[in-house]
Amino acid sequence: MDENRLVEVKDLEVHFFTDDGVVKAVDGVSFHINKGETLAVVGESGSGKSVTSLAMMRLIPTPPGKIVGGQMLFRGKDGKLRDLAKEDEATMRRIRGNDIAMIFQEPMTSLNPVYTVGDQIAEAIVLHQGKSRKEALEQAAEMLDLVGIPEPRKRLANYPHQMSGGMRQRVMIAMALSCNPSLLIADEPTTALDVTIQAQILELMKKLQEEIGMSILFITHNLGVVAEMADRVVVMYAGRAVEEADVVPTFKKPLHPYTMGLLNSVPRLDLAAAHQQRLEAIPGNVPNPLDLPPGCAFHPRCKFYKPGLCDQEIPALQDAGGGHMVRCVRWAEIERGEAVEA
Amino acid sequence: MSAVVPEVATRPLVEVENLKKWFPIRGGVLSRVVAHVKAVNDVSFAVKKGEVLGLVGESGSGKTTVGRTILRLIEPTEGTIRFDGVDITHLPKNQLRAYRRKMQIIFQDPFASLNPRMTVGDIIAEPLVIHNLEGSPKARAERVAELLRMVGLNPDHVRRYPHEFSGGQRQRIGIARALAVRPEFIVADEPVSALDVSIQAQVVNLLQDLKEQLGLTILFIAHDLAVVEYISDRVAVMYLGKIMELATSKELYRNPRHPYTEALLSAIPMPDPTLRRERIVLQGDIPSPINPPSGCVFRTRCRYAIPECAQVVPELKEVAPGHFKACIRDDIPGLS
Repeated sequence: MDENRLVEVKDLEVHFFTDDGVVKAVDGVSFHINKGETLAVVGESGSGKSVTSLAMMRLIPTPPGKIVGGQMLFRGKDGKLRDLAKEDEATMRRIRGNDIAMIFQEPMTSLNPVYTVGDQIAEAIVLHQGKSRKEALEQAAEMLDLVGIPEPRKRLANYPHQMSGGMRQRVMIAMALSCNPSLLIADEPTTALDVTIQAQILELMKKLQEEIGMSILFITHNLGVVAEMADRVVVMYAGRAVEEADVVPTFKKPLHPYTMGLLNSVPRLDLAAAHQQRLEAIPGNVPNPLDLPPGCAFHPRCKFYKPGLCDQEIPALQDAGGGHMVRCVRWAEIERGEAVEA
Repeated sequence: MSAVVPEVATRPLVEVENLKKWFPIRGGVLSRVVAHVKAVNDVSFAVKKGEVLGLVGESGSGKTTVGRTILRLIEPTEGTIRFDGVDITHLPKNQLRAYRRKMQIIFQDPFASLNPRMTVGDIIAEPLVIHNLEGSPKARAERVAELLRMVGLNPDHVRRYPHEFSGGQRQRIGIARALAVRPEFIVADEPVSALDVSIQAQVVNLLQDLKEQLGLTILFIAHDLAVVEYISDRVAVMYLGKIMELATSKELYRNPRHPYTEALLSAIPMPDPTLRRERIVLQGDIPSPINPPSGCVFRTRCRYAIPECAQVVPELKEVAPGHFKACIRDDIPGLS
């Protein structure tokens, strides 16, 4: 693996074996994350973005879920290259929290209500860095200070319910960063927060990334947040990556019809002329994961659908130039403006 | 539509004056009232006939309580609610029913607001039964089929149960139920917040079409300013139980005059990575509505606050035609 790369995921497959059949939640997803970079994974519910992040932490509930294929190469802080898909549980426990940390959408349910925030932050420090409780609490206070919580020493003794949603997400970030991870996985970290609090948390994450230099895997459905945070973007639909590109081309020159549709369906405050025009919605619904459409899973909702072409085989992920990857058989036609809308 | 005389067109359908809703907090062995949550604290506005008024605010701003109080699903503590010129604030239940038919609500959560044990047909027909409309079962069935078509669902699905539908389809069922009794006024309480982006656009478009077709008046409550801007004619911005600013949606977004609106707009991440804006990051959290700050409730997070802001409760004043703001400072560059 390239020196500059921290993570390389190749053909990851995560399946859930349910009574009704096999759900291919992640079906052959590949991406990489460079050191110090933010990769955003965007998608709607059921796209497999959260399952991808849980798979990297090896937190897929088994059964019913299972990583059935692929590699997840990760360069640890010790310089060793590991395939996280194959490591044993003991190694994973050393990696979780130390090399890779995670923050979740709901800061209330991901903190333990019966322990003080100080104890919860100190736990990881004691475990991974072998410090005494006293030293760990001291470091916990420094972390709270770092994430902008006023009076950090006093706050150590607080319980989660004594804090607001924004404060709790700051505590989660403090806890995640307490062992200096090289990768932070953020799964919809601001979705449950109000927009002014979201702005605070995004600013904080950017500031901390500059200071600490960790890479971020940012899972979100909010395209505004993606534009603000990401260096590169992976767009997922029905368990597959349909487009991958740097952030500017993703927004300015999207190649996959799903990415285009997603961008058009967002109401835009910044386009003054758009006021009171109709939104261009994507028709139909996200397909049932137990019964995906044949061929390209997006074809029943796609305005460029061509019978006999799009519904035959799953399109391959192709390089459209400069590392801009797209999974659509008609992308070149569409880009040239030759594809006829169905 | 074009034949409507302007005065009639702008006549308010719903008027709210000095509305207050304080929820008591009880404590101690005698469960005495020890404090109040001032969820809505002196709010006045009017919704004109045929317009969509957007009501935006963050959690705890009181926007949902306003919507429910207008429908008298929650009883107001103080103030007046008028519907079509009639004071309905203290109407007894039997007289209120006639107004309930004219005012309906669409809820945020399409999963929690439909009874899982009723078929879609029964869910949509229930308001017709309650209000004794479309008397015969056949007429009701026809009306249900018509409603399903109207919201873009297949009328053959009347016998299905809510769990057989996706989130977006369920929200369409909720809309059909609200429209069943041919209401004039609809409170849409975060109707698209729980939906995926691509589905959200479908439902916003549907609401816009229905508003045109049926001449509905809508109070559209949401926390997402971009969605509100899209659908609303005018927008009111709430913070901690008060209206901070009210203007046409174009004016509000292009020319905000209240420091809170300015900060709120700048906090929204735009889906354009090449856009570089100066962001105003508000410090701290929304104060507790149990003990809101004196004077202007926003002053504790306002970057323009002066000592006087703690003294006077700013009135919602008209600062330009149709543009109201509640701020004592009119000397802030860029906001006046």
